[in-house]
Amino acid sequence: MVEELLKIRDLSVAYSSMGSPPLRAVDHISLALNPGEVIGVLGESGSGKSTLALSILRLLAAGGRYESGEVVFRGRNLLALSESELREVRGKEMSMISQDPALSLNPVMRVGAQIAEVLRAHMGLSQRGVNARLEELLRSVGFDPPSQIATAYPHQLSGGQRQRIAITQAIACNPALVIADEPTSKLDAGLQSEILALLTEIRRRHGTTLVVISHDPTIFAGFADRMIVMYAGRIVEEGKTRDIFRAPMHPYTRALVQLSQRYFVGNVASRARFPIISGEPPGLSRHDAGCRFEPRCPDRMPVCAATDPQEVIAEPHRRVSCFKYDS
Amino acid sequence: MTANPGVAGPPAPRLRVCGLSKNYARRTGIGRKSLSIAAVHDVSFEIQTGKTFALVGRSGSGKSTVARCVARLESPDAGQIFFGGTDIAPLGGRDLRSFRTEIQMIFQDAVTSMNPRFSAEQVIEEPMLIQGLLSKNDRRNRIMDLMREVGLPLERIDGLATNFSGGQQQRLAIARALSVRPKLLVLDEALSALDLSSEAQIVNLLLDLQQVYSLGYLFISHDLSLVARLADEVAVISAGQIVEQGLTAQVIANPTHPQTVELLAPARSFQRSYSEMLGAAE
Repeated sequence: MVEELLKIRDLSVAYSSMGSPPLRAVDHISLALNPGEVIGVLGESGSGKSTLALSILRLLAAGGRYESGEVVFRGRNLLALSESELREVRGKEMSMISQDPALSLNPVMRVGAQIAEVLRAHMGLSQRGVNARLEELLRSVGFDPPSQIATAYPHQLSGGQRQRIAITQAIACNPALVIADEPTSKLDAGLQSEILALLTEIRRRHGTTLVVISHDPTIFAGFADRMIVMYAGRIVEEGKTRDIFRAPMHPYTRALVQLSQRYFVGNVASRARFPIISGEPPGLSRHDAGCRFEPRCPDRMPVCAATDPQEVIAEPHRRVSCFKYDS
Repeated sequence: MTANPGVAGPPAPRLRVCGLSKNYARRTGIGRKSLSIAAVHDVSFEIQTGKTFALVGRSGSGKSTVARCVARLESPDAGQIFFGGTDIAPLGGRDLRSFRTEIQMIFQDAVTSMNPRFSAEQVIEEPMLIQGLLSKNDRRNRIMDLMREVGLPLERIDGLATNFSGGQQQRLAIARALSVRPKLLVLDEALSALDLSSEAQIVNLLLDLQQVYSLGYLFISHDLSLVARLADEVAVISAGQIVEQGLTAQVIANPTHPQTVELLAPARSFQRSYSEMLGAAE
């Protein structure tokens, strides 16, 4: 048994704002990450995926608060660390790539200097060491020669180049864990494959554990080892990527996997209607009894509205929360 | 849902774009002369009544400029845009304003195209007010009909548009566009900001509305696999020029330009991984 890199136990996170009831975006989630694996987190907008990512790094926005649980990284509960202890972890041992590098990069600072800043903060390198490492890093993500790009400002770069800079910044200190929140959804088609190939290469070369978040199941095919599916703040299914695609168990997973039919160009008559999940994800402020997917579920049974489904280990490496599998 | 109206003989295209070109001026420095950059060069295509034409390209290829010219948010520098029988390229002033009931535009980021203090009702009503259409009462009825049609809950009619979800905001944008009963919708990356689930819902809505109103769609996107499901004809644009154009099924089955092949890459790569996964034995 390999020792887990990160273990999330019973984590709940809620946002409160004045005058409205708190929204529980992450609801009693448990999850373990092994060294060197790629985990895909799949769900619609508002399913709590991004909050889960931010809560691992303790980067919750104002109003967000931990209600329960712990996040144990290399034996230490991150939720119990002081801010200064946490700074030693963030950027160095784990880092994040956000959806929109145009927002995460400093617009008035040359991109080389932004990466160097991370190196200086964590690696204790001399100026010469920083320069050498910067050059090596930029080359490794495909900027060759690297000197020209280092002196550019973010606005002078294309969307794809900016995302590669954000990735460079995230991997600068060779962290054990990188969390990427929708790393390709702002990019056009050709660039998506390019960025996924780069992330795969980083994992292969450094054994980095990757957590990749997306609403689009197709990016996980041939990329993620394992997938978790989130709905309304909960994990409704977890399994190997291949099994999730071959035989989705939860009706929500099945519906999401069906959405990937949109990529079957040429096989489907044009103007054919798309398979859809009707309705909208629920608000997160009210938690009535029953399965949260029940109102939208094509397979619902009388029990679903009345009782919360419990998590079932359906097969090895497979868990699902649905009464269809409740023996 | 009505059936397609029977068509006798080749109908005149609802929209015909001929040799459209547009340059942007770019200042090279303070007080210096400005430089002319060709954004779009010699673009031509037609859209028949009730049909979808898709213009596909990467960021910066010029596809949005074409969209903005057709919707006459920009004036083309050369070429004609025939709508019905009229060249709308040179229109201005009052003629242009009354023409705006014919072509409406849907943007990628719906909410930034709406007044953040407007309720859903005010958002949908605005184009009718500008055009001076209908009485207050009739407008209210049309707004409710439109909300029902695009699948928005009527109890949210007084809700702020900014509080709607991304998919609902795009529904609202569609309702607003339809309020003046246009014949053509220009959809500029209208689905790109949505998650896959909302995208599928909006696609089906657009297919339904096209049937009901015989709407023409000019669909602008970077996503050729999505377009393949929607468009009757497709053109691939690169560096401001169309590099491949034809019936969608033929372009997809037999892409000839490298740019087309590249735009199909994510779909091809998913199909490959998917069949590998299905084929993999336990």
